[in-house]
Amino acid sequence: MNSEAIGLWGIPLAMLGGMIRASTPYLFVSLGETLTERSGRVNLGLEGTLLLGAVSAYGVAFHSGSPWLGVLAAFGCGLGFGALHAILCARPRVNHIAVGIALMLFGTGLAFYLGKPLVQPQAPNLPALSLGDFSDQPAVREALRVNPLFLVGVALAPALAWALRSTQLGLILRLTGESEDAALALGYNVQRVRLLATMLGGGLSGIGGAFLSLYYPGIWSEGLSSGQGLIAVSLVIFARWNPNHCLYASLIYGAAGSLGSALQSAGIAVSHHLLAATPAALTLLIMLITCSPDRPAQGVPRELSLGM
Amino acid sequence: MHARSLELIGLSKSFGEFVALDQASMRVRAGTFHALMGENGAGKSTLVKCVIGYQAPSSGDLLVDDKQVSFDNPQKAHRAGIGMVYQRFTLAENMSVAENIVLTRDPMPKIVNWREELRALSSFMDKMPFRVPLQATVHNLSAGEKQKLEILRQLYLGRRLLFLDEPTSVLTPSEADEVLGLLHKLTRAGELTVLIITHKFREVSAFADHVTILRRGRVVGDGPRESMSIAEMSRLMVGEQSVRSPAPRSERADAPVGIEIRDLHVSDDSGVAAVRGLSLAVRAGEILGIAGVSGNGQRELVEAIGGQRRYASGTVQVAGQAFVPTRRSLDALRMRVIPEIPLENACVPRMSVRENLALRSYDKPPISSGMFMSRRKLEAQVDPLITRFAIKAPSPAAPIAALSGGNIQRTVLARELSEPCSVLIAVNPCFGLDFAAAGEIRAQIMDARNQGAAVLFISEDLDELLQLSDRLSVISDGVLVSEHDPRTVDLAVIGAHMAGHGHSPAA
Repeated sequence: MNSEAIGLWGIPLAMLGGMIRASTPYLFVSLGETLTERSGRVNLGLEGTLLLGAVSAYGVAFHSGSPWLGVLAAFGCGLGFGALHAILCARPRVNHIAVGIALMLFGTGLAFYLGKPLVQPQAPNLPALSLGDFSDQPAVREALRVNPLFLVGVALAPALAWALRSTQLGLILRLTGESEDAALALGYNVQRVRLLATMLGGGLSGIGGAFLSLYYPGIWSEGLSSGQGLIAVSLVIFARWNPNHCLYASLIYGAAGSLGSALQSAGIAVSHHLLAATPAALTLLIMLITCSPDRPAQGVPRELSLGM
Repeated sequence: MHARSLELIGLSKSFGEFVALDQASMRVRAGTFHALMGENGAGKSTLVKCVIGYQAPSSGDLLVDDKQVSFDNPQKAHRAGIGMVYQRFTLAENMSVAENIVLTRDPMPKIVNWREELRALSSFMDKMPFRVPLQATVHNLSAGEKQKLEILRQLYLGRRLLFLDEPTSVLTPSEADEVLGLLHKLTRAGELTVLIITHKFREVSAFADHVTILRRGRVVGDGPRESMSIAEMSRLMVGEQSVRSPAPRSERADAPVGIEIRDLHVSDDSGVAAVRGLSLAVRAGEILGIAGVSGNGQRELVEAIGGQRRYASGTVQVAGQAFVPTRRSLDALRMRVIPEIPLENACVPRMSVRENLALRSYDKPPISSGMFMSRRKLEAQVDPLITRFAIKAPSPAAPIAALSGGNIQRTVLARELSEPCSVLIAVNPCFGLDFAAAGEIRAQIMDARNQGAAVLFISEDLDELLQLSDRLSVISDGVLVSEHDPRTVDLAVIGAHMAGHGHSPAA
């Protein structure tokens, strides 16, 4: 990478590129989790779903030769894993937090098991769109190589916000998250709504996983996610369960996550491990700032019982 | 479109061993305003829930417009033009008023055209005698507005038969008249049949055409309202049980001040000032009643005194000392708080009746010594309270959430008032209770006063305030705006102060 030509401008530019790349998994997982939580359920298993999506996408892409088939497989895997969560939670006296943690561990383990033979081979990656061709600066071109999935995510955020506001399904989904009693009184099947919402949430997380293994970094390894699925779940709280805010929050997290490589590209040496902790530190900081005992969180779906 | 009639024949509903509804038969004629009365647990709510399809009846037949029907879920009843206003709000708190209405449309549009919906809704609202802001988020509405929204929503949907389960418990008397007046007018126009569950004789006398009375799941009285006197209705509801009235007031002069609040400022959940420089003082052996429409700072005031909410500035003194709300000082000063909605605010719902009764005493001798608690001593200590306070529970080990509202409130009172207290704060203690339970609880509060407690009594029920208070203040917008002598005051004057008009119109 040639960044000497533009000097310190390389840092924000590299961060922009990094932000676009690193925010995509956050964006898909948090949009999915927003849907699930708006229906009144928390799915903490998304970290497992993310890895399972990544490994299934990688495997299918490797064997079929088509990365897009891989994305589809990841989506399907996520749907299935979401359905598993919803079906377990619909049993009487089953706690959705506990099920989520169990599925997180199960999904991670399953992904590692299935991924054993996939560490070596290289699967075809997703193509990127070069939006920076207008510039003759290689750093600009590099930063503006954008994966189509990112654009899908960016379009999905306002689309989901609209759907939650102005469609029958969206309003019913919010109603089940707000008041199970009210939904029952209106004759809606609460468990079915939550099943759909959790499946969709899982499916979107699966796509987030496909992005990891098929684009950035574009390999399969056991350290692929390193907690991004969990961070995305906390990001939903920061975004106040609003899909549009999920987009902004994901971009901020993506930027924080790419700070290290951006500094390195400009020749500034900082401990890699310290910088890898930036998103986690950011999560803590944001929680500290936005949570207050005097102001209970606004916009929390009432059925979520997060104790806030 | 015309009002529907309803007939039940031998409707029964059991929950396990317990028979909630026993062969109930009644007829509600089309276009009438029909009142369904009875004590708590008499089966009124069960009856309407079985009709609307929220619960399945165990046996019995149901006729609407003389045709046999059965609804296995509320949507089917809605399609037949039957709606219900439940006792608890069925609104989605984080959604707007308009969204809450559109959600109940049947069929609901797949894609909502908000411009069209809002136009239709506001032209509907224009025809109503009262309105609710369409764009407001429900959790910003007062309890009264929420109840009005519940009712407007049913009318907007064009119901022809409407069940209402104690719809006026959160409304001021004039709001109640407004709402019931509207429903009454619609029944006269032949557009609507109303079946209303209520405890309030005033409303029954003013609006009802016909009354049915339930006791222990059976119909024990039924007839045109003119044919039944209030005394007869209450006799039928209560049976042979007697209602306790408060002991006479014992007078004492120059008692010391029990609790004093000076210039208290408290914010609500969204950070807006809810209590704004409020001051009051209550002497030992005195009940200071505080009247006001809900949402004028009552909740924040009590939470601040009890230590559940931080206050921005001001002082709270109990027995002449600055009050720090810890468990230890509550005990030392013998201060007791009976918050509103006791199941949520004063109980651990899943713990047993016994454990809830012991919440004040489980960690002290004789129940505990050192780090260890004796179950046997706990039972010996609290079980007598169950008989003494006549708490009806399946067993002392049953979770308290399984009890009826009156018995939950009795449990809380048994815990708080079994030993003499010097400061008592009670908020809407009789909310939603039938009059036998309410009478008992009012009598307990008067007993506490006569034994020397300084009582701060906050209520939305003017009748009970006038009955119990030694002095009566009105809270409006976070301050006490007036003080009255309850023996001489004119209700219209209090009403005007409650509504925030400093000087009454025609007093």
